[in-house]
Amino acid sequence: MEWLIQILNSVQYGLLLFLVASGLTLIFGIMGVINLAHGSFYMIGAYLAFALVQWTGSLWTALPLGIVLAFALGLVLEILLISRLYRRDHLYQVLLTFGLILVFEEMRSILVGDDVHGVAIPALLDASLPLTATLSYPVYRLFISGVCLVLAALMYVIIQKTRLGMMIRAGASNAEMTQALGINIRWIHALVFAAGVAMAVFAGMIAAPVSSVFPGMGNQVLIICFVIVVIGGIGSLKGALIASLLIGFVDTFGKVVLPELAGVAVYLLMAIVLLFRPAGLYGRP
Amino acid sequence: MSSPEALLLTTGLSRAFGGLVAVDSVSLQLDPATIHAVIGPNGAGKSTLVNLLAGEVKPSSGSIRLRGEDITGWKPDRIARRGVARTFQHTNVFPDFTVFENCRLAAQSRNVHLMRWLKPAESYREWNDAARSAMAMADLGARAGVPAHSLSHGERRALEIAMSLATAPAVLLLDEPLAGMGAEESIRIVALLKRLSADHSILLIEHDMDAVFALADRLTVMVNGAVLASGSPNAIRANAEVQAAYLGADVPMTAL
Amino acid sequence: MADPEHPRRSTVSDRVITWWLVLGILALAIFPAIAEQFYLQLITKIMILSIFALSLDLLVGYAGLVSLGHAAFFGVAAYTLALAAPASDPPNLWLTLPLALATSAVIALVIGALVIRTAGVYFIMATLAFAQMVYYFFHDTRLAGGSDGIYVNSRPSLEIGSIDLAQDLHFYYLVLAALAGVFILLGIVLRSPFGRALQGIKANEQRMRALGYPTLRYKLAAFVLAGTLAGLAGYLAAAKEGYVNPELLAWHQSGMVLVMLILGGMGTLFGAVIGAFSYVLLQEWFSNLTKHWQLLMGSFIVLAVLVLPRGLAGLGRSIALRRRLSASRDDVEP
Repeated sequence: MEWLIQILNSVQYGLLLFLVASGLTLIFGIMGVINLAHGSFYMIGAYLAFALVQWTGSLWTALPLGIVLAFALGLVLEILLISRLYRRDHLYQVLLTFGLILVFEEMRSILVGDDVHGVAIPALLDASLPLTATLSYPVYRLFISGVCLVLAALMYVIIQKTRLGMMIRAGASNAEMTQALGINIRWIHALVFAAGVAMAVFAGMIAAPVSSVFPGMGNQVLIICFVIVVIGGIGSLKGALIASLLIGFVDTFGKVVLPELAGVAVYLLMAIVLLFRPAGLYGRP
Repeated sequence: MSSPEALLLTTGLSRAFGGLVAVDSVSLQLDPATIHAVIGPNGAGKSTLVNLLAGEVKPSSGSIRLRGEDITGWKPDRIARRGVARTFQHTNVFPDFTVFENCRLAAQSRNVHLMRWLKPAESYREWNDAARSAMAMADLGARAGVPAHSLSHGERRALEIAMSLATAPAVLLLDEPLAGMGAEESIRIVALLKRLSADHSILLIEHDMDAVFALADRLTVMVNGAVLASGSPNAIRANAEVQAAYLGADVPMTAL
Repeated sequence: MADPEHPRRSTVSDRVITWWLVLGILALAIFPAIAEQFYLQLITKIMILSIFALSLDLLVGYAGLVSLGHAAFFGVAAYTLALAAPASDPPNLWLTLPLALATSAVIALVIGALVIRTAGVYFIMATLAFAQMVYYFFHDTRLAGGSDGIYVNSRPSLEIGSIDLAQDLHFYYLVLAALAGVFILLGIVLRSPFGRALQGIKANEQRMRALGYPTLRYKLAAFVLAGTLAGLAGYLAAAKEGYVNPELLAWHQSGMVLVMLILGGMGTLFGAVIGAFSYVLLQEWFSNLTKHWQLLMGSFIVLAVLVLPRGLAGLGRSIALRRRLSASRDDVEP
């Protein structure tokens, strides 16, 4: 039965990663921009949760506030900076967004400091669900999984079943044509980017109560997201979901079974996938 | 059906992209010292056929044999090293390199050693000579020092051909070499191809019917990915189906 | 005037390059005579980073492979020196340097073999991820001191005459010799058939394949060569500082060297050196202004990408080009 706990942990971790990675893969798949600063948004989310909870007293008010702020930040970034990267070589996208990482980290350092923090689990969810006579599982973690699942479903519905989604997909395969058809591709790009930022920030916010809030968390999550996108295939949400869950399991069970090599396990997985599918599981080669 | 001396032979070659069958069970052969022209309306699958032969695209089914060796599914560089050179429909040269360097780099591809890293590339006389003669054949000798991006469209098409010649191929796959060329340039290239056919095998995709009928020893007509008819130019010209599907009134009435 | 029989991209710049190279080496050779200890060490550090940047320029500027994991090879060589150094005696340079280079080469071969078939963004992400793996290996295990790192107790010894690398001056000239050597080596390689093929691959890989080049093999060879040269820089860095820790492998290092390339300009070799100088001097200046210098550096990088598409070296080139164009405006191109 202990395995059930690890399985639930794997799923929760994987789904959280998916929330962050989906933004990264969408932004690349649709706008062709690789954004190194994406991990920073996760970090910003966690620190934002800390700061806003301190200010407003409740995670429930902090969350919507954080989402709005994140969306606004995303729009500003896209309009001022990211939109200039669309036609440029990946190298310059890497460099500019690398510069952004330095800016974000230092801004966080100036505004909130470099300390490690914790965020309290909101009272409503601070309970444990009994699984067996002796084992129980934190409700909050189930909440995280649930929210991520809902958001994933929402993403699927929006992209596959709505007009907006159709425009987004059209813009991804042929931006000029879509523009010629009168659809304002610039707004679509801004929207997609802002949504990606908001999701990463939101992920950081809801993750804050279960993982500590520390300076290096952005970089850590970014690397894993890269691994997810490489394994799943760029631009593929399905691939990102499968890869995220895969990583969730490998990492969680890796830590239990072989703690020394747990960190390396994820990269070994990537190496194996690259040997057979250089474009990822669901990527277009 | 298939001649034992066929240089390039495809059998039931097909390629589908999802639901779209771009090339449908094409069987054709390319004999030595022959110009085999493939014609057909746009979207007939001719370029896909060239990409299949050159290894850029993997066939869904069927086979390709080069001098009897099965090269189906081979990567483009492996096929090229076996003596197959191709030109691209959309000019695909090195824009920032000079005409000479484009050809020299092409000739250098015959180099077997990966790690020739010591002597300057331009000190290898055999590649310089190959490049120079390729440029001369394509009438680009005077433009040797010009960067490729400064060339006129027709000159760039000629450079494509020169590059493929610099690799000393046995087989040339030419994808619409005359596209966008003026009348004078076309005449020169047609004359060049005529000369080359003496010791090369050429598969020629073209829309220019004058050139096709002036050059082709054999004609294959493709429509909707499949071979409609294949044979001598006169036979094709007389073929009612072909006339209905493609040739119409543009056919030159007399053979050259 | 370009000679069509032996056309280069520009015969003028070849002579200019040689002159600048000679001048540069002379300037660096004379520098210690006029400089204080602090500047000696600073320029030594910059020269080591120049080697690092040059190695990446081969990869990014000439082969077109944007690697975000180059620090892995830098760090592995540094750790090799630290681990191979005997407890009390100075390590023998003739033994430890080839060992360090070989280690970097092997790691580059392994990682390269795994990533070389990936293209574009996948390549960037995969190189980053594998470099992180190497980082975590050193950071999480006790093999080499974990996050604390280990000390290199003394500078390597050359065992030649009275050269004592423990003296900063002698070490300076060793690094200068290494930098000159790498520069000349890369110049030779890039002019060779191998180097030309690399540039062709960067310009148009599909065309190169259609011509018959086994492009993957070329790219892998470039990756290994670049990794080995990065190892040279890492070895010298460890020898200089006397200390190695996992941060040498951190991806901030990989990002930093990439920034140097854009500052100086890629694909020019000189740009790599200019970039290393500019970056370190900038960093010194920013650090003196505030402890939050990374904010300034980050903003500067963002601005540089937006405003300087070809780096400082590109700036020089476009000025020279504009002058040449206006001078020859009356010449009619045939």
